[in-house]
Amino acid sequence: QLGGLPLVVTAQVDLLLVLVSLLAFWTRLSHLSYPNAVVFDEVYYGQFVSLYMKRVFFIDDSGPPLGHMILAFGAYLGGFDGNFVWNRIGAEYPTTVNVWSLRLLPALCGALCVPLVYLLTLELKFSHLSALGAAVLLLLENSLIVQSRFMLLESVLIFFVLLAFFSYLRFHNAPSSLSGGTPRYIWLILSGVSCGAVVGVKYMGLFSYLLLLVVASLHTWKLIGDKTISHRNVCVQCVHRVLCLVVVPVLLYVFWFYVHLSFLNRSGPHDQLMSSAFQASLQGGLSRITRGQPLEVAYGSQVTLRSSVSQPIPCWLHSHKVNYPIRYDNGRGSSHQQQVTCYPFKDVNNWWIIKDPGRQQLVVDTPPRPVRHGDVIQLVHGMTSRFLNSHDVAAPMSPHTQEVSGYIDFNVSMPAQNLWRVDISNREAESEVWKTILSEVRLVHVNTSAVLKLSGVPLPDWGFRQLEVVADKLFKAHSSSLEWTVEEHRYGTSQEQKEREAELHSPTHIDVDRKISFWAKFVELQWKMLTVKQEESEHKYSSSPLEWITMETNIAYWLHSSTNAQIHLIGNPVSWGVGNLSLLAYQLLAVVYLLRRRRGLKDVPDGVWDQFVCLGCVCVGGWLVNFVPFLLMDKTLFLYHYLPALCYLYLLSPALLEHAHTHLLRYRALCVGALAVLLSIFLTYRTFCPLTYGSPELSAHQLQGLKWRDTWDILYRRR
Amino acid sequence: MAKAECTPKWNTLALRNRKTCPTPEKSFQTTFTPVSKDKNSQTAGLLAGGDTQSSNGPSGQFVARGSIESPSKVLLMLVAGLSFSTRLYKLTEPPHVCWDETHFGKMGSYYINRTFFFDVHPPLGKMLIGLAGYMSGYNGTFPFIKPGDKYENQNYWGMRGFCAVLGSFLPIFAYLIVLELSNSCTAAIIAATLLIFDTGCITISQYILLDPILMFFIMAAVLSMVKFNQQRYRSFTASWWFWLVLTGINLAGALGVKFVGLFVIVLVGLNTIGDLWRLLGDMSLSLVDIAKHFLARAFALILLPLILYVTIFAVHFVVLNKSGPGDGFFSSAFQSRLIGNNLHNASMPEYLAFGSTVTIKNLRIAGGYLHSHWHLYPEGVGARQQQVTAYLHKDYNNLWVVHRQQDNNSQSGNPDLVRHGDIVRLEHKETTRNLHSHLHEAPLTKKHFQVTGYGINGTGDANDLWQMEVCGGRKGDPVKVLRSKVRFLHRATGCVLYSSGKTLPKWGWEQIEVTCSPYLKETPSSQWNIEDHINPKLPNISLSVLKPNFLEILLESHIVMFRGNSGLKPKDNEMNSKPWHWPINYQGLRFSGVNATEYRVYLLGNPVVWWINLASLGLYFTMVAVASIATQRGFSLGQQRIEHSLVLVRGGGLLMLGWLLHYAPFFTMGRILYFHHYFPAMLFSSMLTGLTLDILFRSADLLLHPPYSYWFQRTGQLLLLFSILYSFYLFHPLSYGMTGPLAHEPGSAMAGLKWMDSWEF
Repeated sequence: QLGGLPLVVTAQVDLLLVLVSLLAFWTRLSHLSYPNAVVFDEVYYGQFVSLYMKRVFFIDDSGPPLGHMILAFGAYLGGFDGNFVWNRIGAEYPTTVNVWSLRLLPALCGALCVPLVYLLTLELKFSHLSALGAAVLLLLENSLIVQSRFMLLESVLIFFVLLAFFSYLRFHNAPSSLSGGTPRYIWLILSGVSCGAVVGVKYMGLFSYLLLLVVASLHTWKLIGDKTISHRNVCVQCVHRVLCLVVVPVLLYVFWFYVHLSFLNRSGPHDQLMSSAFQASLQGGLSRITRGQPLEVAYGSQVTLRSSVSQPIPCWLHSHKVNYPIRYDNGRGSSHQQQVTCYPFKDVNNWWIIKDPGRQQLVVDTPPRPVRHGDVIQLVHGMTSRFLNSHDVAAPMSPHTQEVSGYIDFNVSMPAQNLWRVDISNREAESEVWKTILSEVRLVHVNTSAVLKLSGVPLPDWGFRQLEVVADKLFKAHSSSLEWTVEEHRYGTSQEQKEREAELHSPTHIDVDRKISFWAKFVELQWKMLTVKQEESEHKYSSSPLEWITMETNIAYWLHSSTNAQIHLIGNPVSWGVGNLSLLAYQLLAVVYLLRRRRGLKDVPDGVWDQFVCLGCVCVGGWLVNFVPFLLMDKTLFLYHYLPALCYLYLLSPALLEHAHTHLLRYRALCVGALAVLLSIFLTYRTFCPLTYGSPELSAHQLQGLKWRDTWDILYRRR
Repeated sequence: MAKAECTPKWNTLALRNRKTCPTPEKSFQTTFTPVSKDKNSQTAGLLAGGDTQSSNGPSGQFVARGSIESPSKVLLMLVAGLSFSTRLYKLTEPPHVCWDETHFGKMGSYYINRTFFFDVHPPLGKMLIGLAGYMSGYNGTFPFIKPGDKYENQNYWGMRGFCAVLGSFLPIFAYLIVLELSNSCTAAIIAATLLIFDTGCITISQYILLDPILMFFIMAAVLSMVKFNQQRYRSFTASWWFWLVLTGINLAGALGVKFVGLFVIVLVGLNTIGDLWRLLGDMSLSLVDIAKHFLARAFALILLPLILYVTIFAVHFVVLNKSGPGDGFFSSAFQSRLIGNNLHNASMPEYLAFGSTVTIKNLRIAGGYLHSHWHLYPEGVGARQQQVTAYLHKDYNNLWVVHRQQDNNSQSGNPDLVRHGDIVRLEHKETTRNLHSHLHEAPLTKKHFQVTGYGINGTGDANDLWQMEVCGGRKGDPVKVLRSKVRFLHRATGCVLYSSGKTLPKWGWEQIEVTCSPYLKETPSSQWNIEDHINPKLPNISLSVLKPNFLEILLESHIVMFRGNSGLKPKDNEMNSKPWHWPINYQGLRFSGVNATEYRVYLLGNPVVWWINLASLGLYFTMVAVASIATQRGFSLGQQRIEHSLVLVRGGGLLMLGWLLHYAPFFTMGRILYFHHYFPAMLFSSMLTGLTLDILFRSADLLLHPPYSYWFQRTGQLLLLFSILYSFYLFHPLSYGMTGPLAHEPGSAMAGLKWMDSWEF
């Protein structure tokens, strides 16, 4: 049947497609390096690009690493060396930075979205005219243009989402007589790969991926019900789909992390969030310090103990020659013994010596006697020789827990309670030896069975704003604030206090690299990314999801340092309205159709109905999964989060119009109306161009004219 | 009409119905599965027999029918007896306040004393507790100050007994629901056993809490809904109406106790939509009939519950007419209703004057009083000046003094009145700082400016000046106390004093943020009224404040409740339970006692029961997947299998939906969550377990031949029963009280039972 289609038709399609593609490239790629300054979130993504260039480890909770890697790849192509400080929006790029290449890949993705939408409409079985309409809507959407033209990730996300849907539908629509043939499955694999990329760029992509899975499983369900196909064939097809659409994306997702972790092998500013073992696997930083330390902690070992939580800040168990105040500000009393705190900086006062309660000496025997799980020890503070102690006195900031102190005998019938039992929580065997860096240890107070815990509350001035350490009885099994790791470690050799102090001041040394497996690193990094909560605060341009539908809000991306030239994220209000209208119309129409079909009144033939349902699943479903989750989120949200959902509406509008025109309202007026709307979309696009491209500069009066909504913040420079 | 159609089928199928009234449910199902009609004669016995083996001829069926009828009654009696005895046993132990009894007992007392209070839950549950207390001779004098307080001679058994009786109905309802959904006594008895011997369900039923009342209404609503579904071929008969209306009443009850009742409303709503959808597809019904069906449901399931719900509130407001601890949450107008409140028949100077001491209340509902205290904004949050917040409680720190721009201390004669457009300076009475604003970001609402207390003894700078405007007033209008809506415009920056409604973090004592908004739109958030007004130089005039009407009160109290609910954020040191902890029984709640010497009660589900439930959820999904793939692929299944898969998909689906609706929403909630929030979901989960395991046992003949499969089925049931009973024997001290050493110490009665480290008994 391939010969049946005249070649002329094919050529015409191509021309339209080529035309919109060219226009898309022109709108997205022209003058890409203007403005030659940091625009909005480039300041955020830029720092990660720099870190990639320097191969320095970082952790970003906003999304998986693929997006950052794509941006970094663009920078790499342009020869960016990572030497630029991304500190403020509007900072000029130096001539050494190739701005064009930094922005190239997102812009390319943004441009490719336009032909993809065209093709996707065709795969939804609508006409070329609808496809053209969808492409034009996307083409002339100012907000998408703005978002594509800078070093941001939304356009990349949208591109992969569209690609995933397009290739899946291509696979689905391909005649199944070719089911044995490979070309069909290439589309399925491409779809799986795009899904992997979607989830790899932003977590929001997960919802689009799930939608695709739902659509695919509906199709598969039909396949299972098809009794003309043999059981074996059905099984094979199902396995293929699961492999391509589930296994491939999952593997790819892990692969992005593999690349990320194997590429970033140097230590950097985000190290402290990770466990000691992880840090030790990075070049420089902790591994330099800890290289060659003895592995097994023994009686007489000199250690620093790092808290396993990185909230509010990573810190080490610390003490200093200052006592708790006799009375706190609120009148409560203390033991007035020596303060024990958690201190976020390396310091000689972080050193503690592990002592056998039965013996006096503070040096390591030969051979060393290792400390095992369940052993009872005393901890002696290296510089002051005070014993780590706890007792039934309320802690300074968390009065429901016990105070922890360096014991001083004031002869007030407050005996020393300085025995601690070592409880290794990640042990594999009951008699496991306490290991440097690897073991996570709880110190259980023998007298009260309370556990040494970082409460994380900063002490007032008397405690130098260091963090409070307490002993807590109500221990919860899952709290990592109870766990401590030995970070720096050496075997003590000096029995005399003076010598020991000198020893403590000298740096630790020696060599051996400790490796942890990729999976351990992956799990830790993934867990940290999902649980690290950054302080949520409102941004000047943040908005709530309900404001996006009516575009009550905008975002100022950039303002010229001396003139009124500026770039804003403002959508095309007319297309925005068209999108909302079609969403509403589709839902109304669907309800009417459904009710009438249930009563046996079939307004449209079954084939058309299927097409209509498929359109709704992809477009309305896509809008829902990309919008509703934001309503439930506690994050700081911006207008650009709405752009993926918006693309689905643009896909919906022309298709719905075509459906209405072919099956419901065959009026010429509809065509004329559609043309008029398209024209007005073009005109509004032109009107807002100065705010989209940042040139030409407008006068304050003209800017005032562009403020179509009172709630938009458009900036005027006072002259 | 449907009836007429179905009658012939009834005749052929009458023998299959095991109930005295032939349930048309069966015949309905057979219309969907035409296979069953053909094989009817062979399979009818199997169906009716359930767990009997009779399959030969009509006489066997009659026997089966009779034998099912009486066991189900006997079993029901047994369930009821066990349920009441386990719940009422040791009811008055421990004789002190346990856990949240301190709240709900106290609120019950408030009803008896007719004192107004504020709570985040709707009033029905507490009203019933109060009523039960009143009826049993409790006089409302016990203060319920904190958990652990001894009751001494108070009659607290009535309130506990009331909750326990309602809690005892849960296994009975579960039995009836599962029986209705699966037509199998075994399934029903499994579900009821799981609930009867669950330590968690026992504990939560035995104290003065809202949960047993809530769960009673939830289960009653589900039961009446299921019964109503059975009546589908007898539209508009008395029993049809009875179950329909009863569903509506129970829905109102559930919602009236806690907002969790919304989930069961959604469940019933979805079921009703499905029902209407089925009716719509029934071409034998005319559109008028369908409209009738729709209207009947709309009346009974929407309008009736709404009316009842509003009535509950009406009673609440009528009963509570004395001023109490909850006044400050409500608007000035609302407070004037309450006897004993200072606004009730208030008498104070009518017009605001310079030199007056006032409290200023935000007009936004639950907006709070303008407040300040001896604490500074922390470092990094704007300027380090004194905090200004909005506070919901009445407090001397809410007092402000109105001054002129330059205080010339003209103490002579009558003070001048403050008029629209006057420039004022507001001095905080306690700390003598002025209300101040400047171009720093507000702590939470970054688009607004920060408001602070600045200066000392009233001497500040130009940023302390505010222009006072009466909304809708003209220049020269005086400011009426209570009645005028005023706003405060900051002179220097032009912004307006605003209460954002966001709760400040711990440094701000979880009070509400006050900002200065540059957006001058008139909203209640930026409008304030003068509530208390003290000026010894002016004559006091009796004010009759505009009394709000009932709908306004209703709306206001709901907004206050929702704010209160979302304001219940987890605190740092408090135990924070996560929803994923719940189904695995990860951690319980201490109801009473911590130490070895105390009488301890620990709310924790019977781990065996809960883990069986968890496993059954997985099992259910597997079984449904296998069954539906087999159907979709067109494998020919026996009649019995088709029946089973229908029960799984329809009955099980309903229960699964109930479980999801009562569990999944908690994942999105930002408020603080507790273990006991899972209990309504746990009821659904247990019923689903009964249904699933029963069908699993009966499907043993897929693998084994008849005599063995029958033995397998029996062994499985006995094993299940035994493990539940034995685990209850092991864990019963959790509910009925433990003393002596804790479980991980030697010599404890619970030694060896601490199967998870996270359990705290």
